Amino acid sequence: MAEVILEQLCKSFGREQAVIDMSMKIDNGSFVVLLGPTGAGKTTTLRLISGLETLDSGTVRIDGRVVNTETPAQRDVAMVFQQYSLYPHLTVRNNLAFPLRSPILKTPKAEIDRKVAEVAGILHISNKLDNRATELSGGEMQRVSIGRALVRDPAIFLMDEPLSSLDARLRADLRIELKRIQSELGSTLLYVTHDQIEAMTMATHVGVLQDGKLVQFGTPREIYENPGSIYVAGRLGLPRINILPADLFSSTRGRAANIGLRPEHVEYGTGQEASVKRVEHLGDQTRLHLDLKGHAITVLSPHGNPYAAGTTVKIQPVNPLCFDESGNRITETNP
Amino acid sequence: MSYSITEPSSRQKWVAGTLVITYAIITMIPLLWIMMTSFKTPPDSISYPPKVFYEPSLEGYVNLFTTRTRVSPEKLASLPPPENFAEEIVRNRDMVIAGPSKFGGRFLNSVIIGFGSTFLSIFLGTLAAYAFSRFKIPFADDLLFFILSTRMMPPIAVAIPIFLMYRQLGLSDTHLGMILLYTAVNISLAVWLLKGFIDEIPREYEEAALIDGYTRFQAFYKVVLPQAATGIASTAIFCLIFAWNEYAFAVLLTSGTAQTAPPFIPTIIGVGGLDWPAIAAGATLFLLPVMIFTVMLRKHLLRGITFGAVRK
Ligand SMILES: Nc1ncnc2c1ncn2[C@@H]1O[C@H](COP(=O)(O)OP(=O)(O)OP(=O)(O)O)[C@@H](O)[C@H]1O
Ligand SMILES: [Mg+2]
Repeated sequence: MAEVILEQLCKSFGREQAVIDMSMKIDNGSFVVLLGPTGAGKTTTLRLISGLETLDSGTVRIDGRVVNTETPAQRDVAMVFQQYSLYPHLTVRNNLAFPLRSPILKTPKAEIDRKVAEVAGILHISNKLDNRATELSGGEMQRVSIGRALVRDPAIFLMDEPLSSLDARLRADLRIELKRIQSELGSTLLYVTHDQIEAMTMATHVGVLQDGKLVQFGTPREIYENPGSIYVAGRLGLPRINILPADLFSSTRGRAANIGLRPEHVEYGTGQEASVKRVEHLGDQTRLHLDLKGHAITVLSPHGNPYAAGTTVKIQPVNPLCFDESGNRITETNP
Repeated sequence: MSYSITEPSSRQKWVAGTLVITYAIITMIPLLWIMMTSFKTPPDSISYPPKVFYEPSLEGYVNLFTTRTRVSPEKLASLPPPENFAEEIVRNRDMVIAGPSKFGGRFLNSVIIGFGSTFLSIFLGTLAAYAFSRFKIPFADDLLFFILSTRMMPPIAVAIPIFLMYRQLGLSDTHLGMILLYTAVNISLAVWLLKGFIDEIPREYEEAALIDGYTRFQAFYKVVLPQAATGIASTAIFCLIFAWNEYAFAVLLTSGTAQTAPPFIPTIIGVGGLDWPAIAAGATLFLLPVMIFTVMLRKHLLRGITFGAVRK
């Protein structure tokens, strides 16, 4: 449990700049989710914090102390790797006990047994404890790899897409478990995910990365409701936000070049006529794929879906997000 | 019936098994013949047609480990009854045991030099291979090429300079000298083979260990070494086989205290004619350590021979 502060981190691999001028304050006890497409620098950021990668410039502070020159072991971080790297020559039990047996922790045997059993229970792998690490399914490996972090009580947990290869149900279970553990222990967590629901439900803060830069940092609600750019707006929200030319609907104003239309920004029955191309029933929701003057729009159908493919529907934007030509947000107070 | 496309059918397995076993038997025949000869009496060993069935005897082994002198029949009759089976076998040939032969000592030399140089090659080779595999070393490629270049001619080509240097340095006919020499020859093989194996071990394992609170050396020791066991075992076998069988340098550089078994075995010549059972016994015993070592490491070797191409 500690506060972690990143100050102007830079890291390049040859000519490729992986992380550029990144500053971020991860409060003690907060759950920070990093969002960004592949190659945005999420893993590199975690590796810089853990000390597996050396900084080109900048400072990492853990609990107030500058750790730039410390080894990963001295930094007291736990990390769940994107490619779950279990020790293949050890059993699951020994994989979980490995961090506890380190010369830094030197945990007594009884305590190791207790911790391992507890974490195995949480992750539903108690019956696999005596398997070799190679004799597990992908999802089981991933849980063991989470477990290897959870047995510790580090300054910060770094998790790189830890739930990505689990089935939907297990993912939902573990999402709740992880969040529970984090808030019970008051741990600090930096978490990389592509999963919208994980970001929205677990995060206290979300950081959005674009090409190695941190472009916006805030609570999940802020990121969702007040994105600073089209790029950030596209990171959260399912179905994705629709970006349309501002003059498509008459009711547009100011210097907005584009408007962003989330499903909840659409009112039916008035406005422009659009044809329904396709209807997707997802169980809990129904998506309509519309075509409006050659622009594809995906929206949620109102309850009881009165529309069928091939029919037309009138839609009208309500308080859409406005963006200028370069994709930056224009807020109402600053038209 | 369920069947898998990757698993051969039982008939394919049967055919493959028969072929492999036949081949194994054919290649084993010379070895079997040597072992059989070692249990023959000297007359049986040179009888024509060759005997396949015979009364086994330990005479070859007794002759291998002893020196004997011929005594007159009267003297023989006056001796007290033989104390052990060896004495009995020797007396049947009108001889008595005069003392132990040099074979035991030569064999021990082979063990010390063979295993000593193997251990040293593997120890140094593993550390060097790890460094080449994981750290940014200036001119790493050139260094690796240089290491390999020591094997680009037969080592015996430099026998004369080595002979002169060893005489100057006082390393001739010493265990240390032979261990250093065989290590020098083996180390390039060890570095290259082991580097290949260590390259295949993903770095993430060490990185995980570093984060789990271990130092780099501890990570190497606890995570890399166990996974390199396959490679280390097969490399060790290659090194041991070279050092164990090496003949030319052994003839040239050793004659007494540090002489190994290969130059010694051909010198076992019996009194009045070649003592084939003793030579065969020497060869059989000489085979054993490498065989035992290989069998012990077999589990690793079978995977190692595919040079890490198997799933981890
Ligand atoms: N060891 C390395 N050597 C060279 N380039 C690297 C290295 N590690 C990362 N990069 C580059 O840095 C950039 C950021 O990579 P990073 O792994 O941080 O992406 P990521 O956001 O984690 O992506 P993903 O979602 O696919 O995991 C990429 O362009 C990548 O090619
Ligand atoms: Mg990544």
